[in-house]
Amino acid sequence: MSGMVLGDDEWVDGWAWEANLKRESKEIALSLPPLSPPAQDMLGLLSSIGAMGMATESQFHVLAVDDSLIDRKLIEKLLKISSFQVTTVDSGTKALEFLGLHEHDQSKPSTLTISPNNHQEVEVNLIITDYCMPGMTGYDLLKKIKESSSLRNIPVVIMSSENVPSRISRCLEEGAEEFFLKPVRLADVNRLRPHMMKTKLKDPIQEKHEKHEDKDDETEKPEHVFLSIFLLEELHLPKRQLVILPNHIHVLESERTKLSFGSFGVDFGVTTSYVSGP
Amino acid sequence: MDRNHLKRQVDFMKRSFLDQGYLDEQFIQLEELQDDDNPNFVEEIVTLFFNDSARLLQNIEQALVSGPIDFPSLDNYMHQFKGSSSSIGAKRVKNECTRFKEYCTAGNAEGCLRTFVQVKQEHAILKTKLETYFQLAKQAGPSGTSGGQIR
Repeated sequence: MSGMVLGDDEWVDGWAWEANLKRESKEIALSLPPLSPPAQDMLGLLSSIGAMGMATESQFHVLAVDDSLIDRKLIEKLLKISSFQVTTVDSGTKALEFLGLHEHDQSKPSTLTISPNNHQEVEVNLIITDYCMPGMTGYDLLKKIKESSSLRNIPVVIMSSENVPSRISRCLEEGAEEFFLKPVRLADVNRLRPHMMKTKLKDPIQEKHEKHEDKDDETEKPEHVFLSIFLLEELHLPKRQLVILPNHIHVLESERTKLSFGSFGVDFGVTTSYVSGP
Repeated sequence: MDRNHLKRQVDFMKRSFLDQGYLDEQFIQLEELQDDDNPNFVEEIVTLFFNDSARLLQNIEQALVSGPIDFPSLDNYMHQFKGSSSSIGAKRVKNECTRFKEYCTAGNAEGCLRTFVQVKQEHAILKTKLETYFQLAKQAGPSGTSGGQIR
């Protein structure tokens, strides 16, 4: 029973119950089924999730785009020092390739699709790009990302050596989170984490919520969104303790634990079951 | 030579570069990024700059001497060069680049040529100064520069 996907009817043992989460002003209480001490310790990290604590610190992956070799080296250093994983590319085109985006039709941005192989493997939590680049500018790249249904939630930050107010407002209007003047400093890079944390926790929940809304399922209460495997991975729960069904994550363990989350602005629930086996 | 004395010399040298405008605050920022994992970061990035900029300067030189001047193309090269200079804190070089760009925008070929001589000069001067600086810093040993360790 380790991490396989079961059909909805393939229950093996014991009990199942549903924990509903209510969003109360600042707190969401989540009741999970029993967890082993190590898992409990890990889940204890959830209590700091409002402050977006250490569980996520070294996990963010930033894609840096700049045609200047020196600037790439500099931004890479700044990002690594801030404990981010970094990938650097020298053009917008390469950035899109890395993100798994292929343009099928230049004139219709809405037909941009994700190559199936790349999507899950490459996870990028933030894109930081130079504005002035030959070919595809940082602004063009920003637009393409925001037009892509799969990538639009990735925060984008623009860097530029020139302080042009109209340029700055154009980028912010198009959806850039921040605009940094070069040379970029550590203080600037320190502003990136909050943007990544917001999205890392919001996205999978929203995705599940959207998928859920499409499904015509009367047994599910529509207002429930389920914890994604993604979030649980953040909690470092060993995968073998999870059994994944299309809409549920089953956490297998022994005592009840009550935890609180910060507010994410959505309601979500967890279905759990006790399953015997290794 | 006494290590402390060397360290003081290194600091003094750096301070004078700052005072005379060869370098600006960005260089200090770079030194602050240096750590045990990457103890030669500043020297590496500066070396990268001088290698990369030699290429750019050649391109600009070519563009200036061969036939009618393509100002947009020149401006593009200079933009790149100015950007890198700024990233390592090469203040005087950067300022000369700004002047060059102004002539470029104005389509002033003579101004460009004159300023380009200045650009190359400042570039060469800085290169020599920094080579000396890093050599001295190495001799001064660990924490030779205020930012971290040079081994």
